[in-house]
Amino acid sequence: MTELLLAKLSVILDALPYILEGTLVTILTVAGSLALGFVVGVPMAVLEVYGPRWSRCLIRTYVWFFRGMPILLLLFLFYFGLFELIGLNLSTIAASCLVLGMASAAYQSQIFRGSIQSLPAGQLRAALALGMRESEGILYIVLPQALRLSIPGWSNEFSILLKDSAMCFVLGTPEIMARTHFVASRTYEHLALYLTAGVLYFCITLVGVSLLRCLERKVRIPGYASVNGSF
Amino acid sequence: MTVSLSPVLSARHISVNLGGKQILDDVSIDVSPGELKVLIGPSGAGKSTFLQCLNFLIPPDTGIISLESHEIDAKNPRALSLYRRQVGMIFQDFNLFDHLTAVDNVAIALRKVAGLSRDEARRRAMAELDRVGLSQKSGLYPAELSGGQKQRVAIARALAMDPKVMLLDEPTSALDPELVGEVLAVIRDLAAGGMTMIMATHQMDFAQALATEILFMEQGRIIEQGSPAELLAPGSGTRTGDFCRRLLDAAPAAAKD
Repeated sequence: MTELLLAKLSVILDALPYILEGTLVTILTVAGSLALGFVVGVPMAVLEVYGPRWSRCLIRTYVWFFRGMPILLLLFLFYFGLFELIGLNLSTIAASCLVLGMASAAYQSQIFRGSIQSLPAGQLRAALALGMRESEGILYIVLPQALRLSIPGWSNEFSILLKDSAMCFVLGTPEIMARTHFVASRTYEHLALYLTAGVLYFCITLVGVSLLRCLERKVRIPGYASVNGSF
Repeated sequence: MTVSLSPVLSARHISVNLGGKQILDDVSIDVSPGELKVLIGPSGAGKSTFLQCLNFLIPPDTGIISLESHEIDAKNPRALSLYRRQVGMIFQDFNLFDHLTAVDNVAIALRKVAGLSRDEARRRAMAELDRVGLSQKSGLYPAELSGGQKQRVAIARALAMDPKVMLLDEPTSALDPELVGEVLAVIRDLAAGGMTMIMATHQMDFAQALATEILFMEQGRIIEQGSPAELLAPGSGTRTGDFCRRLLDAAPAAAKD
């Protein structure tokens, strides 16, 4: 029994450096997609709330499209379909970031829209009354508050995207899942190896969510909203 | 009275129709320098809408608004921004920026709109807070201030832009009774300092003591206007007098609760 465990342990240890390298790829992919999703999602949210009618329609269609399709399908559709068609030659990591990022923008835009719309309308009105343009009021008054309110929802998006990133293995992105699968299919140590991969995802989630919680505490507005355990 | 002076702010024939309902029906007002015009009337009369029209937070359907005889073109964002800088607005529910400290609430428009440096803006903001008696609270966030303090910060924030006229939309209505006095004291100081103001309020004692003119609004129209002495004289038989007596009759009853 002990021998068996030791054998499994050595398989894990042998594979670990290889899989850990995949962890970096996973983190890179997730960070890239989240960043892209943020950079695209914030303006989308602003335009959906304050923009002209046509932009609202456009954004709703975009969100509907990306939220309406499985990530796996989107990866195939873009990487083997669209990118191929338009001759876009991207590395698998870049392609993964792009597809996940575009999908994440759809989800993130709705997180931000919810936060923006939860603010009292008087905030922007007061900014306008002081002579700020609407764009200045949004930039200096609305977004700083809305982004704070978005952190809990955003940490959801982070943890979901992290696990969605495992899907990128179908493109050959050398991330945790792909590498684990590669080793497992050769050594047949499925249980031990996939458990290892699971633990890695688990740890990244823990670290990421803790960091976001720290950020949330750091930017909390004193006296505003209830904190854990108080009303 | 001060008829010879040309008005600071003039609004002519303002009408607003929202969702088929006539909220404002041909309302006009002229405010001369140093005047305090008080809008009174039942809720729903259009006082708040009128004040918000005056700085285009609600765009009027028809009518002309001029500041120092210059007609404002609200379609031009530059002109609109410049105009709003010169017209301070105080809201019933304060609308302080919740993510900024008291001093930053005052400083932000100085920096982003008036173009002052961070230090200059801060210095000016501290001076304005001092003027409303809140320099000790400069580092606190809105959620850490009392209602009266919030409204005084809001007044400091508006004053920092050097407005030529101030619009006050029921500045004490959301306050606990014991906090009303501190805000009215600040407004009284402003009036004494010659600030031109239009104020909607239910504080009749205040209006009677300080208003240069009272305008009584009902159903989107100004139906009476005149000096407090004219409108509130016993036996004058005015709607304004009626309304005020009802307010005063209700006050002791409310105090008993």
